[in-house]
Amino acid sequence: MNTMKKKAFEIRDMDLYYGNFQALKQLNIDIYEKDVTALIGPSGCGKSTFLRSLNRMNDLVKGCRIEGDIRFDGEDIYAKDYDIITLRKNVGMVFQQPNPFPKSIYENIVYGPKIHGVRDKKTLNEIVERTLKEVGLWEEVHDRLHRSALGLSGGQQQRLCIARCLAVEPEVILMDEPTSALDPVATSKIEALIQELKTKYTIVIVTHNMQQAARISDRTAFFLVGEILEVDDTQKIFTNPANKKTEEYISGRFG
Amino acid sequence: MKFSEKLVEKIIFACAAVSAASVALITIFIFGRGLPILAKVGPVAFITGGNWSPGNEVYGILPLIAGSISVTLGALIIGVPLGISCAVFLAEVLGKRQAKFFQSAIELLAGIPSVVYGFFGLIILVPALRKLTHAIHADSGATGFSILAGAIILAIMILPTIVSMSTNAINAVPLKYREASLAMGADKRETITKVILPAAKSGIFSSAVLGMGRAIGETMAVMMVTGNVASLPTGIMSPVATMTGTIAMEMSYATPTHQQALFAIGIVLFIIIMILNGSAQLIMKKLGGGTESA
Repeated sequence: MNTMKKKAFEIRDMDLYYGNFQALKQLNIDIYEKDVTALIGPSGCGKSTFLRSLNRMNDLVKGCRIEGDIRFDGEDIYAKDYDIITLRKNVGMVFQQPNPFPKSIYENIVYGPKIHGVRDKKTLNEIVERTLKEVGLWEEVHDRLHRSALGLSGGQQQRLCIARCLAVEPEVILMDEPTSALDPVATSKIEALIQELKTKYTIVIVTHNMQQAARISDRTAFFLVGEILEVDDTQKIFTNPANKKTEEYISGRFG
Repeated sequence: MKFSEKLVEKIIFACAAVSAASVALITIFIFGRGLPILAKVGPVAFITGGNWSPGNEVYGILPLIAGSISVTLGALIIGVPLGISCAVFLAEVLGKRQAKFFQSAIELLAGIPSVVYGFFGLIILVPALRKLTHAIHADSGATGFSILAGAIILAIMILPTIVSMSTNAINAVPLKYREASLAMGADKRETITKVILPAAKSGIFSSAVLGMGRAIGETMAVMMVTGNVASLPTGIMSPVATMTGTIAMEMSYATPTHQQALFAIGIVLFIIIMILNGSAQLIMKKLGGGTESA
């Protein structure tokens, strides 16, 4: 089935170094459009580092160097003349800690569109309503759009961050352990949301929670000390992994 | 408790008591000396009177208040944008090592005695302003001793406060806001102006308030460049006398009544600073929610 799908990202022979330390080794993985791809593995194995390479957030890290080929929609995103602003507009990111700006709910959502040149008040209002509805927050907050986003609960803040990300109409959403700071109820809401979002967006999610990966993802990549040991359909990874280490990890023997 | 511990406790209590007592004593002293004339002239007449002429026993300090406020305001108008830009450059553009070098250079400004600033202003700034005004207006008659000269000197003097506090405020903005902004495709400039500076606003605001406190209290440097003419200013090139400058200049030869009037100026200055600090703290509380994380 996956062979029919279009590839959003193609990664070939990717190495990543922090100074002299090699954090990622020879990664090869395809990420398909409108799939949920889960990245699992023990702490410090390079999942987040890999995720952050996909929208070049690693550019902020001094001494970070990437070799190999990372293509998004067929284009090399580390090519010299590649427009990083457009990349980040198309490849949005949701972080581990909910990080709404210390501004109103409304201002949080229109931040991105405004930066990308949307000035019309009516259009902005529509974006706010559409994205908040998409993340299921509209009913809860429509009467307090101009209050501080920091007054929301953690789960609401994270959904607001997802809405803020949707507001710039990305193709891909990268999620870096988006539920690790949330309680179980808020977590299940986000998981349900991810299921809805995948009809329109490609999602790559880093998670520490094995059940979560099994529940929500179509494909899973297992990372161990900077390498991808196995990447396959989620069902196959969790029922019949090819690699012995994968099996040990998902059955909870280490990590 | 051991005896030595008790002794140390007593000693540090005494130290605390001395500093608290000095504040109280100074306050009592100023009010004690100044209040009689305030009562005699009438506080409203004293503050709103447009004529300061101690020789004729006419005590109206409006020109002095106007002088202090105009010079302070001018210093803030020049110093705050300059200081904030400088802080942004140090915190966001320069690398850590270069930033440290620049910051210590700016902090060195704080160590220069104010009389040296005044001297610099007197020798360099005042003649330059004089030439400049004459070049624009041949018959302006401006001497260069002016609000503008005072404001420029004060702006330089408050720079270290504004720069170092604003730099700290900017550095304290959590990385997560920066990341969120950049991840949405904002560039560095947009991230700084739309996310980082708003998030650091309460710290930046306090730096301006502290700068203002320093500016309104500064005496020597201002006195040397503003011309000390106790009349209402008509423009930024007008010479003015400030409250602090007037106290310093006239104290040594003042008659008893005149001296009381100078203490009364002290009372007014005291109250103005209290009001400024109080309202600044109120505003800061309002802004304060900004940098708190959830």
